[in-house]
Amino acid sequence: MALKTWPLKKSPWIFHLSTGSCNNCDIELLDCLTPRFDVERFGILLIGSVRHADALVVTGALTRQCVPRVKECYDQMPKPGLVIAVGQCACTSCIFRDSYNIVGPIDKIIPVNVYIPGCPPKPEAMISAIVKALGTL
Amino acid sequence: MEKVIYPLFYFLIFPGFLFTGIVGLLASWVDRKVTARVQWRVGPPWYQPLADILKLLGKETIVPAGPRATFFLLAPVLGLVGVTLVSTVVWVLNLNPGSSFVGDLVVVLYLLALPPLAVIIGGAASKNPLGALGAAREMKLVLGYELPFLIAVFTVVVKVGSILFGDILNFQEFNGIMLRHPSGILAFVVAIVCSQAKLTLIPFDIPEAEQEIMSGPYVEYSGAPLAIFKLTRAMMLFALPVFLITVFWGGLHFSGWNLLWTILKYVALLVVIVVVRNTNPRLRIDQAIRFLWGPVTAVAILGMILAVVGL
Ligand code: SF4
Repeated sequence: MALKTWPLKKSPWIFHLSTGSCNNCDIELLDCLTPRFDVERFGILLIGSVRHADALVVTGALTRQCVPRVKECYDQMPKPGLVIAVGQCACTSCIFRDSYNIVGPIDKIIPVNVYIPGCPPKPEAMISAIVKALGTL
Repeated sequence: MEKVIYPLFYFLIFPGFLFTGIVGLLASWVDRKVTARVQWRVGPPWYQPLADILKLLGKETIVPAGPRATFFLLAPVLGLVGVTLVSTVVWVLNLNPGSSFVGDLVVVLYLLALPPLAVIIGGAASKNPLGALGAAREMKLVLGYELPFLIAVFTVVVKVGSILFGDILNFQEFNGIMLRHPSGILAFVVAIVCSQAKLTLIPFDIPEAEQEIMSGPYVEYSGAPLAIFKLTRAMMLFALPVFLITVFWGGLHFSGWNLLWTILKYVALLVVIVVVRNTNPRLRIDQAIRFLWGPVTAVAILGMILAVVGL
């Protein structure tokens, strides 16, 4: 069992999926890769294809247009995989909850493992959340 | 019985699959660590490539509905077998130059073409537009670098006057390494440029350009096949420099201080490759072809001419 979970904890590759965010969360997410925070220390890589991903990092308020795409991306991710909702929008729809074009928080559509609130959350918060999420594996 | 067991041992354990795999993974860690340090980051721990491979092996393998499953799944194995055979043949000949057989150099050159071929087959079989684009770019890149690479290797053949690995090693043993000759130096530089392209590292990582075509031929791969592709790339990072050392730099020796010298040769080549990768932007595919068929081929031909006149 350890042989299966140890590598998973040591090398989570994340796929970044924006579902109509204001771009601020996305920038904070990219901040994690900069020399100051350097998540590659923990083996975390940002990868370009969802087929390689271990964690789907979802930002944004989930617009109506995005729903089929989010479902598709979730299905395309090889399991076991985590879903991480980054930002107040993704967790609760935030100030956009009354908009005609918003479907609702991400967990209405796909199961979410970790919520990282904040508008936008700090990189420290994201790193700590991902580490905690890996602990639950 | 011995006729079966020795080759199997060579192929699977030393110097084949297991040995090349372990050293290759370590080399790819050095690559990532140095890259991180150049970018003023801390970088991953030493077991990172191993963890990546193990993780991918443990994950679900998705075969998308579109692709041809046979080719899609067999392509990575083809590449892995190719690079393992390269490593095995080159090491066995280094350990025992007498076991050279007619055309071994040509065999190794063909086997070195297998991993790129596997990437092309896999990318084309994945039926993804990005995969197809990556495969097409890889094909163009192969066309680009094979010509100067072959000219560079055959410069050595002309200089030595024999196409056997054993003769090349013996020649360097008695007449000094290839790098003592002007033609050898030119050929060596060309070969390093071409191996950068063979390893598809920056500036030649055009086929898998992460930021534009999302890792290209690998885009539909997941789980074990992706792990095999990653392992193949790591092993190439070990097998190709060893091949260059054998042909141009006197081969591998293991007695006394020579062991240290051999390791230093490999590390020096690795550092050159990593530093070039970290200090260059990515070329466009047309620029890459123009570069490889223009200046690089010209230098290779110059080296060949020097070898023919005996320098
Ligand atoms: S949570 Fe805030 S920063 Fe993040 S996407 Fe929503 S509005 Fe923008």
